[in-house]
Amino acid sequence: MALLVDKLRPRSLESLSYHPELSDRLRSLAQSGDFPHLLVYGPSGAGKKTRIIATLKELYGPGVEKIKIDARVFQTTSNRKLEFNIVSSVYHLEITPADVGNYDRVVVQELLKEVAQTQQVDLAAKQRFKVVVINEADYLTRDAQAALRRTMEKYSPNLRLILLANSTSNIIAPIRSRTLLVRVAAPTENEICSVLRTAAKREGWTEAEGLNQRIAKESGRNLRRALLMLEAIYAQNEKVTDKTPIPPPDWEALIAVVANEILEDRSPARLLQVRSRLYDLLTHCIPPTTVLKVLTFKLVEKVDDALKPEVIKWSAFYEHRIKQGSKVIFHLEAFVAKFMRIFESYLMGMGFDF
Amino acid sequence: MASTFFNNKARAAAASSNSKPKVTDNKEQNRLAPWVEKYRPKTLDDVAAQDHTTKVLQRTLQASNLPHMLFYGPPGTGKTSTILALAKSLFGPALYRSRILELNASDERGIGIRSGCRIPRPIPVPAVQDHYLDEADSMTQDAQSALRRTMETYSRITRFCLVCNYVTRIIEPLASRCSKFRFKSLDNAAAGVRLQDIANAENLKLEDGVTDTLIRVAEGDLRRAITYLQSAARLAGTSGLAEKSSDGDEEMADAGAPGPGIITVRTIEEIAGVVPESILDDLMQAMQPKSSGSSYGAVSKVVTDLVADGWSATQLISQLYRRVVFNEAIPDIQKNKIVMAFSEMDKRLVDGSDEHLSVLDLTLRISGIMSGTKA
Repeated sequence: MALLVDKLRPRSLESLSYHPELSDRLRSLAQSGDFPHLLVYGPSGAGKKTRIIATLKELYGPGVEKIKIDARVFQTTSNRKLEFNIVSSVYHLEITPADVGNYDRVVVQELLKEVAQTQQVDLAAKQRFKVVVINEADYLTRDAQAALRRTMEKYSPNLRLILLANSTSNIIAPIRSRTLLVRVAAPTENEICSVLRTAAKREGWTEAEGLNQRIAKESGRNLRRALLMLEAIYAQNEKVTDKTPIPPPDWEALIAVVANEILEDRSPARLLQVRSRLYDLLTHCIPPTTVLKVLTFKLVEKVDDALKPEVIKWSAFYEHRIKQGSKVIFHLEAFVAKFMRIFESYLMGMGFDF
Repeated sequence: MASTFFNNKARAAAASSNSKPKVTDNKEQNRLAPWVEKYRPKTLDDVAAQDHTTKVLQRTLQASNLPHMLFYGPPGTGKTSTILALAKSLFGPALYRSRILELNASDERGIGIRSGCRIPRPIPVPAVQDHYLDEADSMTQDAQSALRRTMETYSRITRFCLVCNYVTRIIEPLASRCSKFRFKSLDNAAAGVRLQDIANAENLKLEDGVTDTLIRVAEGDLRRAITYLQSAARLAGTSGLAEKSSDGDEEMADAGAPGPGIITVRTIEEIAGVVPESILDDLMQAMQPKSSGSSYGAVSKVVTDLVADGWSATQLISQLYRRVVFNEAIPDIQKNKIVMAFSEMDKRLVDGSDEHLSVLDLTLRISGIMSGTKA
């Protein structure tokens, strides 16, 4: 049985439920025959990928849905072998170059060149170019992005790129100026509610409007998350009413525990205890940024207004350190220690001028 | 950028020379060409708003004694266009392609030295050849040093034109061998005229104020403005050529038909990724010091929405920066501190920090500074 998210994923531009004007734009672009390179950005769970798949279908017809997965091996200059997965159909390729870390340039160059140099063989194809979808484009290294820049110009008759990113901040300016920026905003809470309602109806579940609204709020305007939550609730409970509690993911529950522990007692002993919990989170592959962010917002909720800017300040500071440094646990722990210090001195009525 | 210039032009020229049988192909080619290339100035007189430079160049052209040249100035001000136009009027449209060698320093990254040495190899042609080096400021020091002697040795038959953004990155000995031309940022009037010309040529319907918006978001970079205009035209669903050629090509006429075809200010802003003023107003409002309690609640709500709507943080802070710095109501001493916060945040964003936290931190800091809690 497929997950709700996959089962109910809209397959065409017509069936997309929100941002109608954006869908119209994509359709007119797909039909015009003059399809530009796209840079699609927006928060996760906003429907970037869904929109792109639908656009591809508009471009090429149902052929794009027949996909296969290849594993390709690339060789770096230092003779290291890289395995790399490519999802492809006859008309398009989908890659996530960030998977191979620092070697993304090699993959981007070799693969794109290969695609770009072969013309579309199928004469019945609607478009003469192939489309390459690049996931997580904001994690591409500078080198890889610079390599893209030349490729985009050189091979534009045979190749169109669609870059997917969470933000345009890390995309270099030359790429931004060569692509058409498409912003996909997260759905509003009302839009999420209506999607949840149709999903529940389609599955034949009892409706609970109050629950839908709570899910929408809880999901942080992330539709994928909202749908997963809905499914989890219906899977766990026999009878669903407006009052049914929404089970948080276990890692989030753990972070909540950590937050409470920090607030209860500020001492080196407690710090040690928190540390083991943080390690626990990290070994379960929760990204450090997520840990820090969730922890921060849980802490901020519970401290005094005057303290909030200070907590955010240090959180941002250590988040930056996490990105720069290599040993994540140091910075997470430093944040916890810092918070304890600020909180303690605030309680004792001292300023935090250190 | 520049090498496509040759490709496109070359193809266009080839297509037009054996024109009649392949009309559709030619048209296709033309339709897909970036407008930046399509509307590149053909002669020196066409180059917009660089009167001083073009005048000097015209004069040297008449004297037919060309010095080595160094063009510098911000992107999109017509440096490449000028040198190409100059070459065209020097050699004539038929010959200029064979007489000019274009090298783009960022083509081969890292092996700048080699490219520096390779330049003078071409066979001595009994006429002045033009070598034009794009993005010369990204050449390494060594490559530049390699260039300086060769420039003199071959000065009988070649002239070099270095094109760069930052004149300070060019080593002194090289700079002193060239006559320098500064390209100033385009003034709004000239850029406006140029954009209007293109809009007319492409049969675009522009809403009032579109050209102003274009110029504002492009920040003096004409190339960017034209690219935005073209994207907007695509989105509006109307292409001038599509309308003109509607007799022959059904598909294209179809594409032209559905959209209302008017380019609005909003479209341009959306393409450029500019955050709407109303959102900034809300943010500024939220950051104002409150009489009671802290501004945290208000600020965090606006920021959360901003992030969920997917606005780019870099764009946001540059717009916010302009708002704050030109705000007369904020005392200078506070501005000093605010600007420090901006600088730190920019660095963090470049390093790939989380946008939500960074923006929240920045706005809270500004708010704190404005309320004067941190004296």
